[in-house]
Amino acid sequence: MKHLKWSVAAVALIGWGSLASATETLTMWYHGAGNEVESKIINQVIADFNASQTDYAVELQSFPQAAYNDSVTAGALAGNLPDILDVDGPNMPNWAWAGYMQPLAIDESKIANFLPGTKGMYNGKLYSIGLWDAAIALVTRQSTLDALSLRTPTLEQPWTAEEFEAALKAAKDSGKFKYALDLGMAWKGEWYPYAFSPFLQSFGGDIVDRSTYASAEGALNGEAAVAWGNWWQHLFTEGYAQADQDGADRDNGFGAGDYAFSWNGNWAALGALKAFDDTVFLPAPDFGNGPKIGAASWQFGVSAKSAHPEGAAKFIEFALQDKYLADFSNGIGLIPATPSAAAMVDNYKDGGPLSVFFGLSNAQGVLRPVTPGYVVQAKVFEKAANDIAHGADVAATLDAAVDEIDADIAKNNGYAAQ
Amino acid sequence: MAQISQDNRGLRLVVRYTVLCLIAAIFSFPLIFMVISSLKPSQQLLADAHSFRALLPVGDISLNNYFDAFKRAPVALFVFNSVLVTGVTVIASLAVCSAAAFAFAFVKWKGRDLALTVILATLIVPFETIAIPLLLEASKLPWIGLDGITWGWLNSYRVQIVPFIADGLTIYLFVQYFKDLPGELIEAARVEGASWFAIYRRVVMPLSGPVLATAAILKFLVMYNQYLWPIMVTQEEQYRPVMVGLQYFFQLNRAWGEIMAYLSLITVPVLAFYLYLQKAFIASIASTGVKG
Repeated sequence: MKHLKWSVAAVALIGWGSLASATETLTMWYHGAGNEVESKIINQVIADFNASQTDYAVELQSFPQAAYNDSVTAGALAGNLPDILDVDGPNMPNWAWAGYMQPLAIDESKIANFLPGTKGMYNGKLYSIGLWDAAIALVTRQSTLDALSLRTPTLEQPWTAEEFEAALKAAKDSGKFKYALDLGMAWKGEWYPYAFSPFLQSFGGDIVDRSTYASAEGALNGEAAVAWGNWWQHLFTEGYAQADQDGADRDNGFGAGDYAFSWNGNWAALGALKAFDDTVFLPAPDFGNGPKIGAASWQFGVSAKSAHPEGAAKFIEFALQDKYLADFSNGIGLIPATPSAAAMVDNYKDGGPLSVFFGLSNAQGVLRPVTPGYVVQAKVFEKAANDIAHGADVAATLDAAVDEIDADIAKNNGYAAQ
Repeated sequence: MAQISQDNRGLRLVVRYTVLCLIAAIFSFPLIFMVISSLKPSQQLLADAHSFRALLPVGDISLNNYFDAFKRAPVALFVFNSVLVTGVTVIASLAVCSAAAFAFAFVKWKGRDLALTVILATLIVPFETIAIPLLLEASKLPWIGLDGITWGWLNSYRVQIVPFIADGLTIYLFVQYFKDLPGELIEAARVEGASWFAIYRRVVMPLSGPVLATAAILKFLVMYNQYLWPIMVTQEEQYRPVMVGLQYFFQLNRAWGEIMAYLSLITVPVLAFYLYLQKAFIASIASTGVKG
């Protein structure tokens, strides 16, 4: 009898063990280390998912944002990628092309009402999806607009190039500000293509010819691009903006009243509202081809090496619930991906202090070039914009940038599928 | 006449000390700024940055940034990891490189000069150029541990230590120093029948305090400031060092006060180590002409 009891216990243990091993572990990498609020929310999503079913258990590894892309690249080289990773929207095509990511198999009807900038499409397939988007606005004060006798632009009727020029001149001539415009020149890297290439696109140019993605010729050095370059340079030569900016001025300058206008993202909007209760967020000016701002922020996708892509997709689909979109927006201030989630967030619901950003993202958001070559093109554009801001010859700088981009495309065989 | 000469000497001393104080002040400003700023809220820190107030503990002074830094990141873990990795690497490096240098300086063997030339040539190869091959290699190396044989060294302390134990600069420092030691000492020991290892351990190393200090400090700084290699090989937080940890503080809205608090904290081990070896380090600079 005693032996029988032990045998039953042993069988039960083995059975329990095999049941336990039926739960597959999904590893996930995320860029939010160091952000307490963001970490808390993503951990809550994971805890809820793990509790909601028994097939998969997600384990999170967070990285600091500045080290994240390098860590993913190193992980890919070492064959050590996780099942689920998050990716900055414009980098996704490169990671898909390089074989780091695979298409995301989720029910696309569930993302039909998501903001366009949150959908990571490449070669006609969905690779990633974002729970939020980010948007940029021209931040100023209503009292500044009134004092300078300027019309308040709207989404339907943004400022024209001439009106924007007049606004900058009026701000400069008023003598009340150190500079008329804070462009955020203290921020480097992705800020340049994200924040400044939409100006180029509004002029009619682009970083690369999007019809083929085979060359930047004509797009980045054509008439429209040169017109953009001249306009960009005049912002600094006229003294409207500073080409070299201290980080402290970027963080603190608008609140200190040093700038009449600040070109800044929705993540800084609450700080601006705190500084001045008459802060307003204006749409981008229209330089002839429609007002444009950058779109696409961080998104979730599935690693190409995942042994459980269906489980990874299941987790991502789970995370797309409005309540999590709202939690992220409440926590880190970014724009919820759906109107229904926006309605759950005080800042973004109709009449909320940041609701204007939802409209901006929807109406003006333009994806950065959706090509694997973007990661190089972004750096080339950054250098060209910075050089022009510091007085380099516009046409020659843009020609050199085109040569560099075209050489990279040629070197990578046109970024053809691998 | 003697009075004039004495006055001149006094004046020269005043000028000399004034210049030295100015230079010392210039070099200490960043450290003072860092520590003082770590006590101020970010807004005040930025507001004070353009004036002398940046160097004065005035305004809203508190240790809040330190508490917040510990909340944002596992600071103690990062410092522990860095001190462990750095400490083990420095000790192992001193042992391995000094032994190698001893062989180059005192033992005659075929191919010695060529081998030393090749090692010195590695000084001109930047780490970035070998980082990826090294990563591929490290990700496939075997290891025998409590779990038996495992493959791949990623996410471990050893992957941050082993590749940096031997390096051309440290070997070169030891070779140069050993060559200046009196040859008679070695010859006398050989005549007495001492083995090469006994000479290395009982004769050469006891005379090598200054070069040991120099090599230790230089290695310490390199290892403590490691960034690229750790972000490539440590995906798990539990193995990350201080410089990767610094990135935890660079969010969209930067918490400058916390950054300064974190920097102040991670500077402590470096300063302590340098102060501990300061005398020997200066003696070594004086004798070898090597500057850190």
